Amino acid sequence: MAALEVAEALRRAGSYPHAVLAYVGADGYPVNIAVEFTESVDGALVDVGPLDQDLRPGPGQEVELTFSHIRPQPGVGYDERRYVNLWGPSTPAGDGLRVAVRRASGWDEAETPFFEYAERGVPAGRDYLDELGARPRLSGLWTVFLATRLPFLTATLIPVGLGGVVAARDNAFHTLWFVLALVAAIAVHLGLNMANDIFDDANGADAANVTPTPFSGGSRVLQYGLVKRRTMIGGCAALYAVSIGLGLYLAAERGWGLVGIGAVGVALSLAYSAPPLRLVHRGLGEPVTALGFGPVMAVGTYFACAGRWSWQPVLASIPVALLIALVLYVNQIPDRIGDAAAGKRTLIVRFSPGQVQAGYAAGVAGAYLCIVAEVAAGVTPAWTLLALATFPLAWRVRNGLRAHYESPYALMPTMQSNILLHLLTGLLLVIGYVIAVVS
Amino acid sequence: MSDQTPLLPPAVIELLDVALVGELTVIDESGVPITYPLIPLSDGNVIYLTSSVLFSRKLRHIKANPKVCFSLSDPVAIPVQPFHRATIQGDARVVEDDVHDGWERLLPMWRAKEPAIDFFLKKRFGIPLFFERSVIEITPQRVLWWEDGRASQPARVYELAGVS
Repeated sequence: MAALEVAEALRRAGSYPHAVLAYVGADGYPVNIAVEFTESVDGALVDVGPLDQDLRPGPGQEVELTFSHIRPQPGVGYDERRYVNLWGPSTPAGDGLRVAVRRASGWDEAETPFFEYAERGVPAGRDYLDELGARPRLSGLWTVFLATRLPFLTATLIPVGLGGVVAARDNAFHTLWFVLALVAAIAVHLGLNMANDIFDDANGADAANVTPTPFSGGSRVLQYGLVKRRTMIGGCAALYAVSIGLGLYLAAERGWGLVGIGAVGVALSLAYSAPPLRLVHRGLGEPVTALGFGPVMAVGTYFACAGRWSWQPVLASIPVALLIALVLYVNQIPDRIGDAAAGKRTLIVRFSPGQVQAGYAAGVAGAYLCIVAEVAAGVTPAWTLLALATFPLAWRVRNGLRAHYESPYALMPTMQSNILLHLLTGLLLVIGYVIAVVS
Repeated sequence: MSDQTPLLPPAVIELLDVALVGELTVIDESGVPITYPLIPLSDGNVIYLTSSVLFSRKLRHIKANPKVCFSLSDPVAIPVQPFHRATIQGDARVVEDDVHDGWERLLPMWRAKEPAIDFFLKKRFGIPLFFERSVIEITPQRVLWWEDGRASQPARVYELAGVS
């Protein structure tokens, strides 16, 4: 429950159907009784009663009034939870009593959704668990799943897949090198996710974010105490080590040019959130993400397979690079208050809602125009035009941004659609290449 | 009117069985009452409530002063006909030997009142601290019961010696 101004609390109390008077009885036990009431906002008073004489508190005694509301939902439970607590001294008045309200608190889930309400309780919950000597627990698999943010791997699978099919179109696909490149890319991506959590925990951005969603606000494993910071750093370092080791092996086998690509990838992933550059804090998160999860991964995979450079994977990956940057862009919308508080000046923090929506439209238009232009220029196979079929999803995201910009939880389906837009568009581009290769 | 009885009166058990929400009043560190709407669960003798560690203030208050009171009084949350009301005073104990799993023994009773809890339990990985929970066990000492639900009338008082 959060503190409320007395006048506001009284205004709310007047709309509640149910009230309970509470006070401490002579025997030291609290007493609480359902009562009828009349509130006076201007006078900061509540008249309670009629009340049986034996049930009245002593004159001047501090009492509490709780006004509450739920809506039963058969087969589910209940919703529309809200309540207001008022405190103040009581005096006898007629066949009841009068309460002079001095302070108030309350919660309304329509204003503070349950998940935000729960998130605001995390610091107190952690303190309480510490006092008990307990730790929150999840299974090892779930903990790894959360800490690495495994579902976001689609961002890696798509550009790596594109690099592979472009190589196949050039008759240069090689299964072993492709798989090793994929594993290296996955490792650096998961390491990046963990690094991002470590740095956002250190700079306070994740702690300041009280509206995390499954798509935003980090994994929360550090905030919830599920993983120790030291373990997180160790896991992150191990993933980077795997990626760098595989990269060096591939470079030794396929050509030292891969070292340059790998170095750019690792540098971008660290510079994204690590000091001193902290590019995401400077509004450069989107271009870094586009570069890393577009051309860098596609070219790296192509090089691993073909053993040489080509502009083809760069060009093929531009549409998905734009779309993955838009995934970050949209997912930062619910984080913007916490990000701003932590000095993380993302584009979303810098832009007005209208500018954000215009930016999204421009980015999506750019991705689709790129697909068409590259086919028209003969750079990519005509079958990649299949990817235009995802346009309705983009339209759904555009509408969702307009309707739910201010509501993190209502925005969740929009964020999900946006991730799906990247995934399906990328898959259709890959399929377009595959059809071109086999036909 | 006052009665000595070893058990909660059947009318009160009926309220506990169907109540979606009741009001728990505890006493804070300055001696002032503070009330929390909670789902009551009961085996007929003891009232069980659960609280996430996220909302642990009430737990601290109970540990400091175990005297509590629980009201079964909201006609919207308690679908009984004819409507009646009760207030139960008692001694509370916070059980938290195992905040991770210990509360799950109450899950069948909780599920009966709030089936949606299973949906949230499946998403436990997303809100893990919500499911780190203490159990509040209230041993009733006294019941105030209003047959017609009106606090303007004297309550029938049951002194519950022997309830365990």
